[in-house]
Amino acid sequence: MAADAPTRPSPTVTDDSAVFWDAAAESRLVAQRCAGCGRLRHPPRPMCPACSSLEVEIAELSGQGTLYSYAILHHPQHPAFEYPVIAALVDLEEGVRLLSSLTDVSKDDVRIGMPVYAHFVPTADGPLIPVFRPSEDL
Amino acid sequence: MKGRRTLARGAASIVGVGCTEFSRRAGRTELQLACESITAALDDAGIAAADVNGIVSYTVDPVEETELVRSVGLEEINFSARIPYGGGGSVGVLQHAAAAVASGTAEVVVAYRAIRARSGATRFGSAKTAPSPTSGHSGTTAMQWCMPFGVLTPASWMALNSVRYMHEFGVESADFGRAVVQLREYAASNPAAWGFQNPITLDEHQESRWIVEPCIHLLDCCQETDGSVALVITGSQRAADLPHTPVRIGTASTAGLFEQEIASDHYRPDLSVMDGTVALGRRLFEDAGFSRDDIDVALIYDAFSPILLMQLEGLGFCGFGEAKDFIADGNLALDGSLPTNTNGGLIGEGYIHGLNLVLEAVRQLRGTAVNQVAEARTAVISASRTGAILTLD
Repeated sequence: MAADAPTRPSPTVTDDSAVFWDAAAESRLVAQRCAGCGRLRHPPRPMCPACSSLEVEIAELSGQGTLYSYAILHHPQHPAFEYPVIAALVDLEEGVRLLSSLTDVSKDDVRIGMPVYAHFVPTADGPLIPVFRPSEDL
Repeated sequence: MKGRRTLARGAASIVGVGCTEFSRRAGRTELQLACESITAALDDAGIAAADVNGIVSYTVDPVEETELVRSVGLEEINFSARIPYGGGGSVGVLQHAAAAVASGTAEVVVAYRAIRARSGATRFGSAKTAPSPTSGHSGTTAMQWCMPFGVLTPASWMALNSVRYMHEFGVESADFGRAVVQLREYAASNPAAWGFQNPITLDEHQESRWIVEPCIHLLDCCQETDGSVALVITGSQRAADLPHTPVRIGTASTAGLFEQEIASDHYRPDLSVMDGTVALGRRLFEDAGFSRDDIDVALIYDAFSPILLMQLEGLGFCGFGEAKDFIADGNLALDGSLPTNTNGGLIGEGYIHGLNLVLEAVRQLRGTAVNQVAEARTAVISASRTGAILTLD
């Protein structure tokens, strides 16, 4: 096995969540958009909480966002990850929030409000998942 | 009373409490731990097992009701319930028990939690990567959105909220540390506590290793614990004939908001405020007709120290962002305006998933706490999403 083989656990995919993870596996970042009222939503769910519509479209997202909050995880350490893990809540420009992690940044350079954008990394079983890196040189 | 309708005020009382020792390794099953704490609570109440007809616990509690009934010797169960949302739902057992009693659905209800959070198969603080989509109805379905990214533990979930809180209000780790120093001071004089005879300094807090930077040092974390706590609840009329001064459930409530989760509460618009706790505070105080000035002692769910500060603010004991000053001014101490977590809290005493905070509230109102608040008559208990006011009045 190559030393750099992906080790991150693959997502738990359910019938309700597959819309997100299936797109991610193709390097696409998406959210559900209500076909009735146009509202975006994440995490995915079967009904629009604003208008009760069950009709849904897939909205392609740009992957651009700002860092709403973060956390630098030191302990416990799971062998699937490199530490510290920098957990991130990203507010995407389309108006939905995503939980992910940051790459390509030193923990001391992380700032709430910094612009970030999505890229995709493989997981242990193959599927890609979206993680974020800073948009500007630090 | 004004505002919305709430639970019938004072219709039910806590008349018995029991617990096991709190330890690193109980050396016996959760079922046995539950049997021991329930039997102790019934003895304390002066009520026979045969009189119990309601049982309430958490969805995540491993004890099977059937095994419990056949072990403790309960004759006929007419009401049972399990409360979701993990520790956030812990005070919900009082709401359900009181509602069952007030409505006549049950006459005597036992509420319990038995846990081997230290020696058992799964420690909350261990790194797990295979969530079940429903997560045991603990209110943390968002685990499935966390784990591929290495966000594996309650500390890491809560940290995302805590860091935003620090950012919004200029709160620093030492501000959390001052709360922990107070909790450990209480624990130091509590023989049941992990922190018995072992107080800490702020320097020791700051030097303890990071669990999650920049908000959770090792000493900001509760103590994963083995043990059990049980409570006996019955109607206040019957309670008057029992051995102990009844502790009335003045009110008990739940407040869960749109997009709110529990530890993994990441989708509310403003994470610097526990707005679910704001709603809970409104239910407990304004809606039920209690005043914050009536509160003699507070028990606040402190799985991690940041949520202690955020709940003090959410409940309205100080303004948003002001808990750090409220604590630095000594208000959580026995001689302060709001003695808080006088058993040492979940951080100092141990983590029976929040139910030991209810135990401490009862002891305070009975006048039997190890760190007794003088003439305590009214206590508030908050687990962020569920809460209660207990009172002698």
